Amino acid sequence: MSTLRPLPRWADILLLPIINLALAFIVSGIVVFAIGQNPLAALEAIVGGAFGNGYNFGYTLYYSTNFIFTGLAVAVAAHAGLFNIGGNGQAYIAGLGVIVVALAMQALPWWLTFPVAILAGAAVGGFWGFVPGWLQAKRGSHVVITTIMFNFVAAAIMVYMVVNVLKPDGVLAPESAMIAPEGRMPKLGAFIPWFKNTDVNFTLLLALGCLVGVYVLVWHTRFGYAMRALGHNPTASTYAGSSNSRIIMIVMTLSGALAGMVAVNQVVGVQYRLVLDYVADAGFVGIAVALMGRNHPVGILFAALLFGALYQGGNELQYVIPGLSKEMVVVIQALVILFTGAMEGMFRPGLQRLFGLFARAPRPDAPAAVAGKES
Amino acid sequence: MDLTIILSTLDATIRLSTPLLLACLAGLYSERAGVFDIGLEGKMLAAAFGAAAVAAVTNSVWLGLLAGIAVSLSTSALQGAAAITLKGNQLIAGVAINMLAAGLTTFLGIQWFAQGGRTPPLTADGRFGNITLPFADEVAGVPVLGQIYSELISGHNLLVYLAFLAVPITWFVLYRTRFGLRLRAVGENPKAVDTAGISVVKLRYQAVLITGLLCGLAGAFFSIAQGSGFGNNMTAGKGFIALAALIFAKWKPVPAMFTCLLFGFLDALQIRLQNTEIFGVTVPVQAIQALPYILTVVLLAGFIGKAVGPKAGGVPYSKER
Repeated sequence: MSTLRPLPRWADILLLPIINLALAFIVSGIVVFAIGQNPLAALEAIVGGAFGNGYNFGYTLYYSTNFIFTGLAVAVAAHAGLFNIGGNGQAYIAGLGVIVVALAMQALPWWLTFPVAILAGAAVGGFWGFVPGWLQAKRGSHVVITTIMFNFVAAAIMVYMVVNVLKPDGVLAPESAMIAPEGRMPKLGAFIPWFKNTDVNFTLLLALGCLVGVYVLVWHTRFGYAMRALGHNPTASTYAGSSNSRIIMIVMTLSGALAGMVAVNQVVGVQYRLVLDYVADAGFVGIAVALMGRNHPVGILFAALLFGALYQGGNELQYVIPGLSKEMVVVIQALVILFTGAMEGMFRPGLQRLFGLFARAPRPDAPAAVAGKES
Repeated sequence: MDLTIILSTLDATIRLSTPLLLACLAGLYSERAGVFDIGLEGKMLAAAFGAAAVAAVTNSVWLGLLAGIAVSLSTSALQGAAAITLKGNQLIAGVAINMLAAGLTTFLGIQWFAQGGRTPPLTADGRFGNITLPFADEVAGVPVLGQIYSELISGHNLLVYLAFLAVPITWFVLYRTRFGLRLRAVGENPKAVDTAGISVVKLRYQAVLITGLLCGLAGAFFSIAQGSGFGNNMTAGKGFIALAALIFAKWKPVPAMFTCLLFGFLDALQIRLQNTEIFGVTVPVQAIQALPYILTVVLLAGFIGKAVGPKAGGVPYSKER
């Protein structure tokens, strides 16, 4: 028995992530315990801070909205075998497109601005994903390195644009002009009073739409099949007649466009202006979300909710337990990435062996049945 | 521009290049052995925190340095366990390390020192002072050469000299020792190394630990040599510039030094050029800041020369059964 059988599907998509998550929580709990705090009290504070009431839950959903976008961005690229680590830069620079549209159309009602802002954000974010894709497809540079570099280039451009171009005279803070109230995206609290005046807004619906869209694209279209083929085996994909370089460029553009939707949420949904550093590492959270959600929209939805809850809960944590800061959430997130992404080999073989024990019994029958048919 | 301004800019260049050079050489070892490392930033940050925390508590720069190296080494060991033993994705391991360092340093800093994540300021015993080389003061009056010696070459802290000393050492180790030959071989063709009866896993672990050691020095430079204490995210992306420099230098030690000096010079220039005009045009500081990244992308794309990394980089090695 040298080869291990693959895990049953449910164990692969549910059990393994849950074990990894539990481990991440346990290790962070040990850290909290080691510095003399009560891990269970911390967990209680995080859960209460994330789900305690409509106000808290509203903020959880606001964070989740961003994480759905960046998680999808990582997942779409991953299906084609690409690692887009540039979600931060793509989400950041997309703000330029969104703010230009939003300021130009601010006198018009928001439902006119919204679609155009989406397109503008997708176009700019998509471009920031396309260039690394193009460089990988045509010039052979590694998309990981290029997207890392592009994160920093985007940051430099944004500082220049906000401070030197978009900042109105007489404003001291580095930020663009405010969008007129007509052009702002309504908050969900305006329709569902339970959410109060929290930041969760109509962009959440866009995020849910993107989840469905990515599902259809990846599993129910020709292109989705082609990109998954590329992800599994580039050589086979070429022989099957697809142009790998074309797929890489399209996928990276899509990935960047999805990350760019963070800008829609932040600029027309929450801040109503372009500020610096509004992405706040959502792109990196997207990596954790995609890993945890096994690159599947349903998984991503739950993983984004989980991380949204952790971020919102982490914000509340520091008020409930003085001394514990929200960075604890970053630690949990890093451990999730470590355990689900990089140390997968720790549990999978053991789990496979465990399942192998139970699956042994019916195994000898299978060849026998075949043999019986032949006789 | 007179000599004093040029000298002080070049002086700043050397100071700013030092952590880049240490981190760049650090990355060189592990990437030459076939382990991609985008976690240089995280290791430096963790080391900077460890060094500052211990130096602040013990008031000893040497214990601080040891602590910084120990923290960085254990981070490397973790990364090695994920990327070598468990054959995990090396890039994802690097991302995780960066995030873990960013989270833990701030989290522990706030909890331990209650200064918003900063460590207490260090006294003179807690940090590396500047070393005045022999006769530096005596020759300071000699025009040009004397000034260069006393201003530019003398008067840096120990880690600066260590960083530049590490360049010829790395060159020697890489190209003139058996270990170096094996290291380069394991990054190009691990199977051949394995067939020759040399352990791929052991070699890669050795490489990753050297990376950890050098990242420890780089991190210590930030908090207990150049600075006097740890501040949130004080490495500020320097680990990624070092990564860019490594690619720009095509994974070779001597070009790595020149690239780090170039990137350090750009950094020094952008500090000096804040809001000054050159030929009547104000050069945006951000353009200079972004230049190392843009240059690396351009080089990587083969528009100026070609950077091709070690062939087996990024692929975990498993023996076939």
